[in-house]
Amino acid sequence: MTMLEIDALNVWFGHGRDRVDAVKAASFSVARGESFGLVGESGSGKSTILRAVAGLARNWSGRMAVDGAALTAKRPRSFYKTVQMVFQDPYASLHPRHSVDQVLGETLHLHGFADIDARVVKLLEDVGLGQKFRFRYPHQLSGGQRQRVAIARALAPEPDLLLLDEPTSALDVSVQAEILNLLVDLRRDRGLTYVMVSHDLSVVGHMCERLAVMKDGQIVEVMGVEALRRNAATHPYSRSLLEASL
Amino acid sequence: MAEQTLRQWLLTDTPTSRRHAKLSALYQGWLSFRGNTMAMIGLWILVALVAIAAAAPLISPHDPFVQDLGNRLAPLGTDGHILGTDSLGRDILSRLIYGSRITLYIVALVALIAPIAGLLVGTVSGYVGGWVDVVLMRITDIFLAFPRLVLALAFVAALGAGIENAVLAISLTAWPPYARIARAETLTIRSADYISAIQLQGAGAMRIITRHIWPLCISSLIVRVTLDMAGIILAAAGLGFLGLGAQPPSPEWGAMISEGRRFILDHWWVATMPGLAIFTVSLAFNLLGDGLRDVLDPKGGE
Repeated sequence: MTMLEIDALNVWFGHGRDRVDAVKAASFSVARGESFGLVGESGSGKSTILRAVAGLARNWSGRMAVDGAALTAKRPRSFYKTVQMVFQDPYASLHPRHSVDQVLGETLHLHGFADIDARVVKLLEDVGLGQKFRFRYPHQLSGGQRQRVAIARALAPEPDLLLLDEPTSALDVSVQAEILNLLVDLRRDRGLTYVMVSHDLSVVGHMCERLAVMKDGQIVEVMGVEALRRNAATHPYSRSLLEASL
Repeated sequence: MAEQTLRQWLLTDTPTSRRHAKLSALYQGWLSFRGNTMAMIGLWILVALVAIAAAAPLISPHDPFVQDLGNRLAPLGTDGHILGTDSLGRDILSRLIYGSRITLYIVALVALIAPIAGLLVGTVSGYVGGWVDVVLMRITDIFLAFPRLVLALAFVAALGAGIENAVLAISLTAWPPYARIARAETLTIRSADYISAIQLQGAGAMRIITRHIWPLCISSLIVRVTLDMAGIILAAAGLGFLGLGAQPPSPEWGAMISEGRRFILDHWWVATMPGLAIFTVSLAFNLLGDGLRDVLDPKGGE
């Protein structure tokens, strides 16, 4: 069963002479329950693929399908109950004037849940934040706590597919490990499918089963994580990327 | 609850309910505002103005409309007329006290109309973009292209002289800068991750604008309004001075200056006293605005 299927995806920004092709003819598929990594240097288009899947990058062509249903330009509400995203920078992804309670409560309200209070409490427990964080504002939280709130928000609609856009790159090393372990636990408990963008090969090696290496908007190689561990990449660019990270 | 624990309750880092979190945020804003002496002076002047306006019939020594031609143009410190009398023998202090009501009325109405209209136009323009943005911003440009007082004059001339029309005219000329500020703020907020995040929950444009963009624009608008208040009071006084705002015998401060102008060389206090009142209130609004900027600007604090 494929959870996410991407076929000959092109994404671009601007038009005419200013057009920049961020993703060129990218194809890969992610099975249900799998964790898939996208690696590559800055500007290689890995985050853009996630934004295109989420509907945040509007100029795209090719075919994208989530759970067998092809995606259109305008996403129906039900789409957001299946696919959610965690952003890179927890300092930018929470509204500065909304408390944790407001953030989660509004998300639950938008998805039509009735028992909002109970669910907010449950979500905070699930991401390892206690009740005492419920009415805090983002400036009263640390980076790791903020990212936990962002993960709770993404989990609120009970999605199947979670898009993770470098969820730990803005955090301290010790906090990174906590968040990664939390993500591993959540996937195991809820049977989630992950597509994770990272430029850190060790993070991808820890989290993912398969990965795609991207360069200049193209996918140069898709390989299993055991190939990564055996250092058995075939494409010269993935080899150089592997060597650089050793 | 003892006073010390109430303070701790308000300053806690771990609020226990929605109301607690709101009160705590408010209290912390108040603490940082209270630390600004000049802003507190401005606030106290304005509180005093409101109190004076509310209690005008109780504290004014005379009826502001009763004429006493035998005692016209009495100097400062005359018995029973501390600030003297004007050309028709009316007590200037009483007229100033009643005039504070008109000033507050103008300020409140303009502060309600102009920023809200500007906020609406600016945020919709900035968030929706495209041709909506082009149309709304060109309309804004047209209003901005006229000198404020000249445009207000044209409106008053078209609608007829009077305090309501003066307020309307000032509001119509005051909203474009607010629209510009709101649009600029919206453009920076629009592409933020937290807006993307709420879009991913399927939120519509209306919800995003009113619940997510407005709260971030309002603080800079409030600051701008308080700083503009001085200009609005002066514009209202200017219209009054030109005979297009409040009509006699209404004790509007600008109209009082206008009346006193004829005697300014021999009886200076008739024009000076309302001028001092306008100056004081304008200054108070400016001080308050400066202080509010320090408290409300999310980029500056802490």
